[in-house]
Amino acid sequence: MDFALTREQEMLKKLAQQFAETELEPMAEEIDQTHTFPVENFKKMAAVGLTGIGIPKEYGGSGGGCLEKVIAVSEFAKKCMSSAATLSIHLIAPHAILKHGTEEQKKKYLPRLTSGGELGAFALTEPNAGSDAAGVKTTAIFDPATNEYVLNGTKCFITGGGRAGVLVIFALTDPGKGTKGISALIVEKGMPGFSIGKIESKMGIAGSETAELVFEDCRVPAENLLGKENKGFRIAMEALDGARIGVGAQAVGVAEGAIDLAVKYAGERVQFGKPIGALQGIQWYIAEMATKTAAARALVERAAWMQDSGQPYTLYSAMCKLNASENARFVTNLAMQIHGGYGFMKDYPLERMYRDAKITEIYEGTSEIHKVVIAREVMKK
Amino acid sequence: MRIYVCVKQVPDTSGKVAVNPDGTLNRASMATIINPDDLSAMEQALRIKDATGCQVTAVTMGPPPAEGMLRELIAMGADDAVLISAREFGGSDTFATSQIIAAGISKLGISKEDIIFCGRQAIDGDTAQVGPQIAEKLDVPQVTYAADIKKDGDKLTVKRMLEDGYMTIEVQTPCLITCIKDRDLKPRYMTLGGIMECYAKPMTVLDYNALKDEPLIEPDTIGLKGSPTNIFKSFTPPQKGQGVMLSGTDKEMVEDLTGRLKNKHLI
Repeated sequence: MDFALTREQEMLKKLAQQFAETELEPMAEEIDQTHTFPVENFKKMAAVGLTGIGIPKEYGGSGGGCLEKVIAVSEFAKKCMSSAATLSIHLIAPHAILKHGTEEQKKKYLPRLTSGGELGAFALTEPNAGSDAAGVKTTAIFDPATNEYVLNGTKCFITGGGRAGVLVIFALTDPGKGTKGISALIVEKGMPGFSIGKIESKMGIAGSETAELVFEDCRVPAENLLGKENKGFRIAMEALDGARIGVGAQAVGVAEGAIDLAVKYAGERVQFGKPIGALQGIQWYIAEMATKTAAARALVERAAWMQDSGQPYTLYSAMCKLNASENARFVTNLAMQIHGGYGFMKDYPLERMYRDAKITEIYEGTSEIHKVVIAREVMKK
Repeated sequence: MRIYVCVKQVPDTSGKVAVNPDGTLNRASMATIINPDDLSAMEQALRIKDATGCQVTAVTMGPPPAEGMLRELIAMGADDAVLISAREFGGSDTFATSQIIAAGISKLGISKEDIIFCGRQAIDGDTAQVGPQIAEKLDVPQVTYAADIKKDGDKLTVKRMLEDGYMTIEVQTPCLITCIKDRDLKPRYMTLGGIMECYAKPMTVLDYNALKDEPLIEPDTIGLKGSPTNIFKSFTPPQKGQGVMLSGTDKEMVEDLTGRLKNKHLI
């Protein structure tokens, strides 16, 4: 058993730290308060190869795997959760295309989504299909006359959906068959019939854009079918298994960032004639925060290692996400408590981190759905 | 065409600076970074590489762990690296260091269009001597304090930053340029693709045996023996007292200031 990062992973960690401190942290407050997606930052991530993590070089990617994603995303989340979320969720689409795409699809879309600096999006959720993903109503009916799928319906809460150049969309190609009638399609920005609806105003990760996508007789060439027809549900579930490790990494990162701030503040803030860090009550908070976060990181890294080494990882990805997201809320809450009134003010980053942390318990599957997945996996043994 | 970029691993002075009882820097207990001026030199070299496709080689003299720094420079965009490392080279001052680095570069060869880039000075010693001394020992022209460099065939146009302005001069290659940090010269990041491949790129290690036959290398020109510098005393200067900001109208501030100076019998 070896918990050490490789020398390349250590170097990536350094790169991600430098990038987060120089490019992301200075903008974190502004993009949160103005609800602005920083387009330039994403382009800069692409320039250093981070938008192509886990994608082979031949398709414009940078190589590496899930552990590399965890390293970059968690370092970003320490300084700016919106940016960490953007990167983590962007990576879902290229990974789905890499795994299930034809050679033509990979050659056509992956370079755009990696070195090309285009944002990717993954669209499964609908107004009535959240935790119950099988409730998808969007249809993609095949038109043999033109060899196209005709998309109709609405997707909601799609991270990056309004900005994405390439999107993986899930729709019913065989309505009435439930999950066995869902297919995955690659949709490009600007296809006639595809428009962007409401841009959501959110409690947290406000610097990552969340959009409604509207499809009205949007014609998608048959060659854009990802994987086999009616086999899309499995693609979605697999993609979510990987995405959950990314959310785990976001949650671990925001918790680590909050601990850094809490430790610093506890050493500087003087009450009763001494730094509050000298008080045992504060020390116990810090001890609990650090211990739970180290455990959360270990579980996230283990899930990533399982994915990278080709083992089944559904159980561990669900466990690491459930645990890390609950910990992120626990830790940001205590970090704010340590900061007292100052933590509640928008002058300090803590209140933003507290709001940002909450989403990790909800997206890419709620904590409750994760418990369903975990129980099913554990009890089938 | 090849550009050699000479780099040094230095203690990170942005964190805690640890000093030994004798006043010297406690390097072992401090994190290391790539010397900031050297990163500017690497960025200058990589910009020329972007424009011309030339080869960029990172060169350092140091203990074996300095390989990590060289690999980072490859991850930034350098093509290969040279690590000059031997027990015999330990204890070298700037004179002996430049002697050894010049010998290393000389062994690897300098052709007509080649350039050697160095940082102006390292943040640990602040001597600014190694670059110019390498140029002298290799008998190539040198331009110091370069903020901007343009290449046209075997000529370089270099903008030097001086205390009171800029000086633009032209120099013929092969030559040595020492580079400064500049607002418009932000060193690029490593790339993930570069990181994943950096350990597969070539790194030449030049030890004592590899260099001992070079004309510049003699037992009394390297290491402690070859170092004419003697440090008599090293100490931490007392910290300056905190400054005072004056406020008010110009007239009030001038009166306040002259009053304070008069009180101290300075005027």
